[in-house]
Amino acid sequence: MSTFNGNGQSIPKIGFYICHCGHNIASMVDVDKVQKYTASLPGVTVSRDYKYMCSDPGQELIQKDIKEFGLNRIVVASCSPLLHEHTFRVATEKAGLNPYFFHMVNIRENVSWVTGDKEAATDKAIDLVRAAIQRVFFHKPLVKKEVPINPDVLILGGGIAGIHAALTIANAGKKVYLVEREPTIGGHMAMFDKTFPTLDCAACILTPKMSAVKNHPNITLWSYSEVEKIEGFVGNYRATIKRKPRYVIEELCVGCMDCIDACIYKEAKYPDEFNLGMSKRKPIYIPFPQATPQVVLFDPDTCIDFKSHRCKKTCIEACDRDAIDLKQTAKYEEINIGSVILATGFKTYDAKFAPQYGYGRFPNVFTSLELERMVNASGPTSGEVLTKEGKKPKSVGIVHCVGSRDEKSNKWCSKVCCMYSLKLAHLIKEHTGAEVYNFYIDMRTPGKGYEEFYDKLMNEGVHFIRGRVAEVTDWALAAEEENKLTIRVEDTLVGVVRRIPVDMVVLSVGLEPREDASDVRRMFNISCSNEGFFLERHPKLAPVSTFTDGIFIAGACQGPKDIPDSVAQAGAAAAEVLSLICAGTIELEPNTASITEEFCSGCKSCIPLCPYSAISFKEDTKKAYINEALCKGCGTCVAACPSGSIIQNLFEDEQIFGEIEGLLRFAGIDLAGSETKGKELEHA
Amino acid sequence: MPEKPKIAFYWCASCGGCEESVVDLAEDILMVADAVDIVFWPVAMDFKKTDVETMEDGSILATMLNGAIRTSEQEEMARLIRRKSKILIAYGSCAHMGGIPALANEFERSEILKYAYEDAPSVINSQHTYPEAVYQDKSRKITLPVFRNIVRTLDQVVDVDYYLPGCPPTPKLLKQAVLTLLSGKLPPKGTVLAPDSALCEECPRKESKPADLSFEHFTRPHMILSDPEKCLLAQGLICMGPATRAGCEALCINGNMPCSGCFGPTSRVKDQGAKILSSICSNIEAKTEIAIDRVLDEIPDPVGTFYRYGLAASMLRKKIAEEV
Repeated sequence: MSTFNGNGQSIPKIGFYICHCGHNIASMVDVDKVQKYTASLPGVTVSRDYKYMCSDPGQELIQKDIKEFGLNRIVVASCSPLLHEHTFRVATEKAGLNPYFFHMVNIRENVSWVTGDKEAATDKAIDLVRAAIQRVFFHKPLVKKEVPINPDVLILGGGIAGIHAALTIANAGKKVYLVEREPTIGGHMAMFDKTFPTLDCAACILTPKMSAVKNHPNITLWSYSEVEKIEGFVGNYRATIKRKPRYVIEELCVGCMDCIDACIYKEAKYPDEFNLGMSKRKPIYIPFPQATPQVVLFDPDTCIDFKSHRCKKTCIEACDRDAIDLKQTAKYEEINIGSVILATGFKTYDAKFAPQYGYGRFPNVFTSLELERMVNASGPTSGEVLTKEGKKPKSVGIVHCVGSRDEKSNKWCSKVCCMYSLKLAHLIKEHTGAEVYNFYIDMRTPGKGYEEFYDKLMNEGVHFIRGRVAEVTDWALAAEEENKLTIRVEDTLVGVVRRIPVDMVVLSVGLEPREDASDVRRMFNISCSNEGFFLERHPKLAPVSTFTDGIFIAGACQGPKDIPDSVAQAGAAAAEVLSLICAGTIELEPNTASITEEFCSGCKSCIPLCPYSAISFKEDTKKAYINEALCKGCGTCVAACPSGSIIQNLFEDEQIFGEIEGLLRFAGIDLAGSETKGKELEHA
Repeated sequence: MPEKPKIAFYWCASCGGCEESVVDLAEDILMVADAVDIVFWPVAMDFKKTDVETMEDGSILATMLNGAIRTSEQEEMARLIRRKSKILIAYGSCAHMGGIPALANEFERSEILKYAYEDAPSVINSQHTYPEAVYQDKSRKITLPVFRNIVRTLDQVVDVDYYLPGCPPTPKLLKQAVLTLLSGKLPPKGTVLAPDSALCEECPRKESKPADLSFEHFTRPHMILSDPEKCLLAQGLICMGPATRAGCEALCINGNMPCSGCFGPTSRVKDQGAKILSSICSNIEAKTEIAIDRVLDEIPDPVGTFYRYGLAASMLRKKIAEEV
């Protein structure tokens, strides 16, 4: 039987330090008791407590002791390894000791912050420390490896965040692949008319950036494309991009749209996705006039030739550049990149899930996004705000928080709705002169110039009624409600239930994660928060990083965000990427797994398990092999190797068993002494 | 003429198959008989316990002891033999890891006795007579060995020098072991006298195992007509090969039966059953809890499947009744 407790191992010289972390730890854990207890453990040469171990004097304490007492193992009980493991490893290394002889015990997040019981906290801290002390007996020196960073970047999503990040990185001279799922970049911003609070024309500020992307020598724009597969690790990812067929050769098409005119459908017949179905398009179309790239595409579901092969193909005749290729199939591009920015954006709440507001039942209930299109000069009504009957509304009600701040749908505040509702109120009033009512729970207008915009609206004579709308109904109870939609709401400032008849209702729908966000999350091996938005590495200090190195997030895919915030995040993500690229190389943590070839039986159990595709089967030796550069040290294969032939640095069996034994001592369980236990059983 | 080295064989809780395997040496047994004196082998020759007691301590070069330890008599014999032998070899799966008898560790002693003396279909015991360690019949005192609460491996009772794995060990391994002993070039104490990689290494079907195997279903040998060329795991049969020490030259697989794990784990693994579970479960195709349960239900006796020979030596060791 193997030894758990360091038999046959020379006793190391361990230095132990417990951190008060100000009051964070010391107020709950009796640090003096832990320190004194630890001093009595075998192998412990020095045991100290100190106010802030992470401070310079704290680190110098360790270094001084290493030199003075010849310490060869360091254990620090303090905060989380995520925060300061690196700090202490560096300190250890500076004193000439291999940094992997250092081990950290988290007695803050795992102990003092999660209990109010001082005695229990101290006991637990002692157990965790004892586990660490028994573990470090078995530590070995390890060496970090360096790998180069591929300077090319993949950006997923061509909304304003993706566009801004792409331009920032490309302007720095680095190559960017911008992959957009839709036929054009621009995202939601391209659908807006004006932007709050300055009322800039969205197209006027966005389209120059879209063209800049298209024309930038460092940007490869792949619209109508999706990432099929990604593998590798920070600095060295390999992605497969599927370029869906447009049935038009992108390089040849100049966007003259002669083919659209020539289509045998003289009239547009099919709902236009860009205008949310409020206008029609032909089977061959371009999403909107400033679409980038300016390339038409076919919709095979509606094109006659795809359905019956019996079209006259007047479109092909009309194209003098022979750009149309109805036999086109999906193309797959393989690229090597070093880092990825996910800027996949959001979707709006589906108002049908709030049936009390009548969306889909009453023709004059619109979503805010539909209104955005309606007020846009290039929209379905050329900028006129019209009811379904084609009349200018005399009164319009804007219902805030549809799919936001609601236990029944989404609990979160979508952050942008108050402001865009104010903007729409302004634009509706401007376009129609109608009476506009805003029904809000709370007005949330933090932001530069936002509160001023709210003030301005109040002076414009827009009505504000505080209360969550109960329902929108066409059941008239009074003469003035005939042929109108009546909004029933409790006006919480007046304290009465009101009925307000209007010609048109606008639902300010909230922002949600995209429906396939969890697929993207899985593909890129990152996390999502509860609501389904991509999870940042730290909510305050690493807002655009993820837990997977080299994968960054920007824009509303991380949470509801307005344009300036999305652009700021995109810039931050670009800076993170550039900082990686400029560093040139990255150090790989040495906690990798390796196969002892002599012992491997070639059973292949480990091969399908590796999430990083780091394991391959060598046909010449008939054994498995781990590519150390690809290994992230997750340990899956180590646990699964049925013959115990895979070893992971820093997580060797004896280290883990040492730790477990130290931990279990609190219950009087002694693994090494299990023979005694057997004797008890025998005579039971 | 110098005295020949002395060898002994003994059995405890075992089926006799290990003894059989010694005879399976066939003509090689003559070579063994030539090279050594067999001083104690109750199953084959007439020796008494007192013969052993009168031997000098350490006078036997090596004893191959098979069988697990369940009774006080077995303990006593194991201790006696240990004292008399320079080298003690745990011979076969039962001495090595508890073997089939150790599956009884799934039950309380009282449950076992009740079944054997009352509930078994072939038993009529209207007076509820149970064996007792000491029975006083007037002036006569009769004793029986004590039936212990658990089955133990040999090394859980006495110090063991080497292990010869298998149910039973193959003649080839036995012959190698004897030659090693006679050569005097002894491996480090505690060595299992067989190769230290898993059985897949020497499996004739190794090539046919796919690199992306994932389990949709499990089946058992009597439920399918298995392909005699293809990896048994790939056919949904639980083959312990990946978690079992090599050395048998894939005897069972050559008989178109999956490995049941009798050689135990490699030296690097503490718990054979846990290891194969960890490996197999990692590769189950189903991803939802219900679907996973459905697949796992196709393994009707997990302990008997994954710990068939190793329960006593495993971390599970014994089911402990709640009131204990």
